[in-house]
Amino acid sequence: MKVSFPHLGNMSIPLRAFFSGIGMEVVTPPPTTRKTVAIGAQLAPETACLPLKVTTGNMIEAINAGADTVFMVGGIGPCRLGYYCELQKDILDDLGHDAELVVIEPPKGHLRETARFARILTSRARIRDVVEAGRLAWEKCIGIDVFDQLANAARWSERETGAVDRAARAGLDWLDKASRVPDVREAIAATMEKVRSCSTLGTIHSLDPCAPGLQVGAQPPCGADSPVTVGVVGEIYVVMEPAVNMNLCKKLGAIGVAVSQPITFSGWIMAHVVLDVIKLMAKPDMLTWAMPYLRSFVGGHGVESVGRSVQMARSGLDGVVHISPLTCMPEIVAQSILPRVSEEEGIPIMSLTVDEHTADAGLDTRLEAFCDLLAVRSGKRLHGAAVTPCKNGRAT
Amino acid sequence: MTTTVGIPRGLLYHDYGTAMHAFLEACGARVVVSPETNREILEAGLALCVDDACLPVKAFFGHADALADRVDVLFIPRFVSVERGAYVCPKLMGLPDMIRARLRNAPAVLDTSVDAYRGMRRCLSSMLQRDAGDILGVGPRRLACALRNALLAQAKDEYRGEPGAAALARSTRGRPDGQARGDGPRSVYERALTIGVLGHSYNLEDPYLSLNLIPRLGRMGVTAVTADDYSYGELKRWERRGRGRKRVFWTTGRKLIGAAQRWRVTGEVDGVIHLTSFGCGPESFVAEVIAADAARHGGIPLMVLNVDEHSGEAGMATRLEAFVDTVRMRQSAR
Repeated sequence: MKVSFPHLGNMSIPLRAFFSGIGMEVVTPPPTTRKTVAIGAQLAPETACLPLKVTTGNMIEAINAGADTVFMVGGIGPCRLGYYCELQKDILDDLGHDAELVVIEPPKGHLRETARFARILTSRARIRDVVEAGRLAWEKCIGIDVFDQLANAARWSERETGAVDRAARAGLDWLDKASRVPDVREAIAATMEKVRSCSTLGTIHSLDPCAPGLQVGAQPPCGADSPVTVGVVGEIYVVMEPAVNMNLCKKLGAIGVAVSQPITFSGWIMAHVVLDVIKLMAKPDMLTWAMPYLRSFVGGHGVESVGRSVQMARSGLDGVVHISPLTCMPEIVAQSILPRVSEEEGIPIMSLTVDEHTADAGLDTRLEAFCDLLAVRSGKRLHGAAVTPCKNGRAT
Repeated sequence: MTTTVGIPRGLLYHDYGTAMHAFLEACGARVVVSPETNREILEAGLALCVDDACLPVKAFFGHADALADRVDVLFIPRFVSVERGAYVCPKLMGLPDMIRARLRNAPAVLDTSVDAYRGMRRCLSSMLQRDAGDILGVGPRRLACALRNALLAQAKDEYRGEPGAAALARSTRGRPDGQARGDGPRSVYERALTIGVLGHSYNLEDPYLSLNLIPRLGRMGVTAVTADDYSYGELKRWERRGRGRKRVFWTTGRKLIGAAQRWRVTGEVDGVIHLTSFGCGPESFVAEVIAADAARHGGIPLMVLNVDEHSGEAGMATRLEAFVDTVRMRQSAR
């Protein structure tokens, strides 16, 4: 059994650890590229949202690379993500692939699917091994989110261009190789130290990606030299997948702003799968933050987008970038409301919509203009090399 | 002084208008409904709404705007779910908040939440707890009575098979009164062409948004039937029947898939037209499921018409004529 799964940022690392830990051969799909997106866009319905197209592209590429079983998440709506699996089954059938799509559904209302998934998990491993593999994968998942957060917070202050990303990349490779939980923890600690040493950040603290609060991750220097700080909110898939958001966070870092990107996969699992089920959701949760503007959940990350923006405004960030896939229903609600949030909370918010036609240069221009405005507005300095003005007034 | 409450004539007003009227009138409010969608309303909506939203949502913004300075309260119920285990649409869940955020001169918005996802009992008790009473100036007992009235009126309306606001569309559909619902129009119109029209009722019953689709079919000598001609219970039975798939979790999606399934199996219509609005999230998937089923099992010709604010009547007419001709030819060939 050769199993595979669509990409979500760097989630292939914990997923690979999990499935190989329970005795399955894993085919990691090739990294998401424009080609992946093009394959998906050709096969998926035209007005479907971007994540469907990209994950379909991942599946096709994985099957071409030899996978015979593909795992996909299900759901109970109202976001369309919960119905991706059915359309993807149809697409794979129509193409004549005999790969099997196994859907991971919440147990409630989908007992048969859940039982099937549990059977597959325990087909080659004892329950103890499954738990062990799950623990290792969870640690790696946290590691990935820590690296992301840290790199986003540190990139503006790196001593040498690209050093932070190189350190984070090395950390990911280390994480991928680690086969025991203590090794993973060691990799995380060492990488944090390395990122700190190649940037001018002070001490790094409060790195808990599961905390529902804001997790900037590091204390930026105060005073005249403090960076412009930008929050990134939006639909989780486009926020987490650099191939789809065209390296939004890296671009912001290169412009010279500190980025806070609190939407992480481990945070989502913690909030929506663990804490919500055992009814221990910490208050104030995102709905409480969003309450003055949005009083009901709207599926997907709509409430998070609004709530996080309010929270970011009140914790003193300089601006917010909101990114969503075209026609995403929850994000349309958020996008409609964010201008009001911006007005009342006094924080500039820019909404970006991406689809399969979005190109790099347009994004660069908009981000640079936005960051310039933030710098002028906050009286802070942009630290990036990309926007240092020349003598004749033009950016280099 | 009585409170003047405005209801925008858009979205689920077309389905639950009767209940909304009954509820507000029982609370002693004077009810104003915005006019039928027209050019000015849509233009106003386009200016207010974000570009990515679907056509009916944009029109709804226009309707709300048309009422904004004439009423004390805008009544925009928050439809989260109208049945156990299925949702309506994320955009409708956030509708009152979107209106509040984007309408500059918005009066108070009464956003009674309708959420039957975990059952009707919870839905009703939560509706009674909300601040509806304060805004309308009635006590809890009066509110409970009003709610009961609304439910009864809606149930009676649906029982007769005549959703209140659908009167206009229905009268132009040219069907004799009192025809039993559910047994299909075949028996009456033995030789005429019958075409099933799928789509959200807020599109089909709005002549401006649907570009007069149903009356236009009528003028071509075609009888149009819609999913609203069958009871929801029946459509759900069809939707569940013989499908090895996961069920969709949108109520309208279930309704449309059920109707498509019924038409495909019984063959009681000669063709199916599916009217979708560009940018409608659930429809992008539901249309795909219906089309995949139609392609897989064959049987009935299907045409998908996608409308947005740039749709022109001429283009629609050409496509309709071509489709109807094709269906006619196909029928006479048999």
